[in-house]
Amino acid sequence: MSFWEYVGNRHAQLLADTYQHASAVFQCMVVATLLGVTIGVATYRTEWAGNLAVTSTATILTIPSLAMIGLLIPIMGLGVAPTVTALTLYGLLPIVRNSIVGLRGVDASLVDAATGIGMSRPARLFRVELPLAWPPILTGIRVSTQMLMGIAAIAAYASGPGLGNEIFRGISSLGSANALNQVLAGTLGIIVLALLFDAAYVLIGRLTIPRGIRA
Amino acid sequence: MPESSAAPPPRGAKQSPAGPKPSGATIVLENLTKRYPGSATPAVDSVNMEIKAGELVVFVGPSGCGKTTTMKMINRLIEPTSGRIRIDDEDVTDMDPVKLRRKIGYAIQSSGLFPHMTVAQNIALVPRMTGWSKARIGARVEEMLDLVGLDAGEFQGRYPRQLSGGQQQRVGVARALAADPPVLLMDEPFGAVDPITRDHLQDELIRLQHELHKTIVFVTHDFDEAIKLGDRIAVLRERSHIAQFDTPEAILTNPADDFVSGFVGAGAALKRLNLTRVRDVPVVDFPTATIDDPLQSIFDKLRSGTTNELLLLDRHHRPYKWLRRGDLMRAKGSLARAGTLVHDTVTRDATLRDALEAVLTDNTGRVAVTGRRGVYEGVVDMETLMNSVQQLLEEDRLDAVEHQHELEEQRAHQTRQEQEGTTGGQGGRP
Repeated sequence: MSFWEYVGNRHAQLLADTYQHASAVFQCMVVATLLGVTIGVATYRTEWAGNLAVTSTATILTIPSLAMIGLLIPIMGLGVAPTVTALTLYGLLPIVRNSIVGLRGVDASLVDAATGIGMSRPARLFRVELPLAWPPILTGIRVSTQMLMGIAAIAAYASGPGLGNEIFRGISSLGSANALNQVLAGTLGIIVLALLFDAAYVLIGRLTIPRGIRA
Repeated sequence: MPESSAAPPPRGAKQSPAGPKPSGATIVLENLTKRYPGSATPAVDSVNMEIKAGELVVFVGPSGCGKTTTMKMINRLIEPTSGRIRIDDEDVTDMDPVKLRRKIGYAIQSSGLFPHMTVAQNIALVPRMTGWSKARIGARVEEMLDLVGLDAGEFQGRYPRQLSGGQQQRVGVARALAADPPVLLMDEPFGAVDPITRDHLQDELIRLQHELHKTIVFVTHDFDEAIKLGDRIAVLRERSHIAQFDTPEAILTNPADDFVSGFVGAGAALKRLNLTRVRDVPVVDFPTATIDDPLQSIFDKLRSGTTNELLLLDRHHRPYKWLRRGDLMRAKGSLARAGTLVHDTVTRDATLRDALEAVLTDNTGRVAVTGRRGVYEGVVDMETLMNSVQQLLEEDRLDAVEHQHELEEQRAHQTRQEQEGTTGGQGGRP
């Protein structure tokens, strides 16, 4: 069976896997973004707190993904829970780091001006600092998403959702007729998804970065 | 309509929360001190100062003298360690800083405009925070742009990066004035623009202040800027000690001590020229002829006149050429070739310094004064300038001596009172 015949035969299954993969990554990204930006906002003012946040999220990233899921299974069981937890943790680093760098990079004289014309602290954060730090934060989110696309494939190891299942099935039946097709379909699916997400981010950037600071 | 911004709204009981005031407020600083933890000496040491309503006071001093710190304590961007701040007799030292700052305009170096907001959004910030209606904000934005000399239709939709440095600075001032605060703090607002633009902006500020009568505290390290703008200048030395707080004239002619005279720098007399305009000195007549006059009459004028020179005007009565007696002969009677072109003219609004500059560069030793559309009005020559300056300096000196007498008497009076109050002993003179 050629690759295209395989895709034709299994398109229902493949589409379901792709959808689940995208959905898992998307939801984890939402959580990671909220969490990451919050951590960034909470820590960027103090030198040590910001550094601690970056270092600890970087440490999480050094744990091999397979080991991380392996460690989570005894605690959370199989399925969606360990997948979501692992993905969210991995997604944090680029977002936390870029939030802190972005917020710290806001011109001090602008912060001074914002305070000086009578903005309260929340107003300053939401009207001045976060909008100005948004481009680097969005870059962090984008990098994070690309990374999670790949890592999400490992989730199949914990019986999680997504295109990883396709790849794992292929690997476990190496030598059989469809093994290569399965691995290929899973991998190509992830690449296409990653490209689609990236395109979406370009669009989001166009829509959300104010014209005055767009590069 | 710049007039309407200056026109005071009816002062009712309590109006909107932004209750616009007709003009400036007095600012009183009492023993204002800032001490940073871990530093032996205070950054600002017990400053006492009274700034009158509608006055433009310039803080000037070397970098690190605490002038910016002192200014930032007025809107409590820096919290004072001790001392009081009173604005219009209201003690604001402990009030909510956010509320306080909305009543104090704030303009800083390099404009401080938010790059992600349009010009209109930037200007609308404070009115929006104080809860103005949309329609009122829109009208106000246009009014403010008009006030600082920018076309509202053209500029309100632009982003700061689409403006030149000078335009950004104007918008910065417009933003600071948008909610019509009685007090305006300006922290080296013209420090980052080129000298020509800076000159323009300074002139604009003078014009604005004539219309608005805000109380302005202006920080700079440029003494010439201080002289040009200040109603009074506070020369600050380290830890914000006031070395002298007086009018520009008094500081130039009678610096309190070596520090001040060092800061005034060489050429106080020259700087004095910046404070006087051509309109303040006598503009004298000078024999003129227009280019359309018959040659013979020009000849006659040259021969009969008390000077051997005359000023040739063009068809629109603008100064054109200086003509000497021998010039026409040498050019064989051709007006087109005779004489030397007029390099430079001044208006009555020009400073004496500009006039002197023109006199010195023009080899005739005088400069033509022009009015509307460059029409000739008279000349100022070296002699007039010298006499006027000497007279001015003499007047300043007398004023300063008198002023000092007053101060000494006040001080003596105070000392007497204190001593009578405590020991009742003999009044000593300082």
